[in-house]
Amino acid sequence: MPLTPVIRFGDARCELREGESVLDGLLRQGVPVAHACRAGSCGSCMLRAVEGEIPAAAQAGLKDSWKAGGYFLACICHPEGPLTVAEAGSDARVAATISSLGKLAADVLRVGLTCTAQFPYRAGQYLTLIRDSGIARSYSIASLPEEAELELHVRLIPGGRMSGWLAHEARLGDKVVLQGPSGECFYVSGREDQPVVLIGTGTGLAPLRGIVRDALRAGHRGPLRLFHGARTVDGLYLREELAALAAAHANFTYVPTVLDGDGAAGVDVGPIDRIVAGQLPGLGGWRGFVCGDPALVQNLKRKLFLGGMALNDICADAFLPAAL
Amino acid sequence: MPNCNLPTLYDQLGGAAAVEAAVDNFYRRVLNDDRVAGYFDGVDMDRQRVKQKAFLTMAFGGPHNYTGKDMRNGHAHLVSRGLNDSHVDAIIELLGATLRDMGVAENLIQQVAAIAESTRNDVLCR
Repeated sequence: MPLTPVIRFGDARCELREGESVLDGLLRQGVPVAHACRAGSCGSCMLRAVEGEIPAAAQAGLKDSWKAGGYFLACICHPEGPLTVAEAGSDARVAATISSLGKLAADVLRVGLTCTAQFPYRAGQYLTLIRDSGIARSYSIASLPEEAELELHVRLIPGGRMSGWLAHEARLGDKVVLQGPSGECFYVSGREDQPVVLIGTGTGLAPLRGIVRDALRAGHRGPLRLFHGARTVDGLYLREELAALAAAHANFTYVPTVLDGDGAAGVDVGPIDRIVAGQLPGLGGWRGFVCGDPALVQNLKRKLFLGGMALNDICADAFLPAAL
Repeated sequence: MPNCNLPTLYDQLGGAAAVEAAVDNFYRRVLNDDRVAGYFDGVDMDRQRVKQKAFLTMAFGGPHNYTGKDMRNGHAHLVSRGLNDSHVDAIIELLGATLRDMGVAENLIQQVAAIAESTRNDVLCR
């Protein structure tokens, strides 16, 4: 006789009744799970499985990266066994120390962190960095999980309470807290021959640096085209590292672009969306990663989609400014 | 006497797989069409895609929980921005073009168009 599926959500626990979905069970227990269509379509009730088996049907239509992250739709989820679930985006925290600090560009800091406990993440995800004062800001992760240091690229914001502190006051050994990771912008293996375009502006390069290296390490064989945009050539960073990576991998291409410039030294000049469209006229069958300024991300996402890319093949990460 | 063994419209179209196959094609046509694209500016594309799937499932005769009230609530803000019959016409036309692109038979396309047509008054809040 099959076990009665027991669903846990925080402190709440419910035994699913015959025919009941995870959503129905949690709502019956008074857990306020957002929901709307109750037909597996609208996506409102998406939760994350922390432990247990999710039936494949409960993940129908979700992005591959969401599936890999354990996300599922509660309203069409009828598990066979126990399941521990959480709201999308967990708030796991770990203590870390600042182990290196340096400048990558005039307005970009490189912050190296060493965690005091396990902080499992996928290259390309983001985390929330919390100072002892309680100030918290989100940054994408530029490193790979097996690397000793967790690396962030922090844009210096005039008057920024985190970036200013990191630039002027923080010292090696200072303690911080990391929360997360979150985000669905990461490489999912299984389609090693698929062409991939990665587009980022400013510190939008950080997650892309992680994703590209993750893909190469996973044995990705299809083309990987990285476009990095900055206003001027001073805003481009990690150029030598990326050029070296391109030299070492025939399927990886690095295209630095600037909005203002004279086109010197192998840098394409113009709006990055036009440069991408000019070099990649047809995008059917491609996978895309887009990170950086929110307006640009939205614009690029639409253009990639209209260029023929499937919407489920586009991972976009808009870097929203902190609301003060 | 009703024949319970006749495949439904949804089955004949290919069910959920057909919806999944149609949604990007349909949404891309909508965004490329100046008559209606403006109503989709600034929306979250992933969420919109989910809504498009729900709409297509309904129009394909599939299982859905759409009510006239949902249709009204979902479109009232667009009606106040000028949504009218010409836009509903355009959507039904684009829906037909999507299905033709997928090689769906004309008689089935007409049935889908008829279901979409049945939502017109609710969509336009009248």
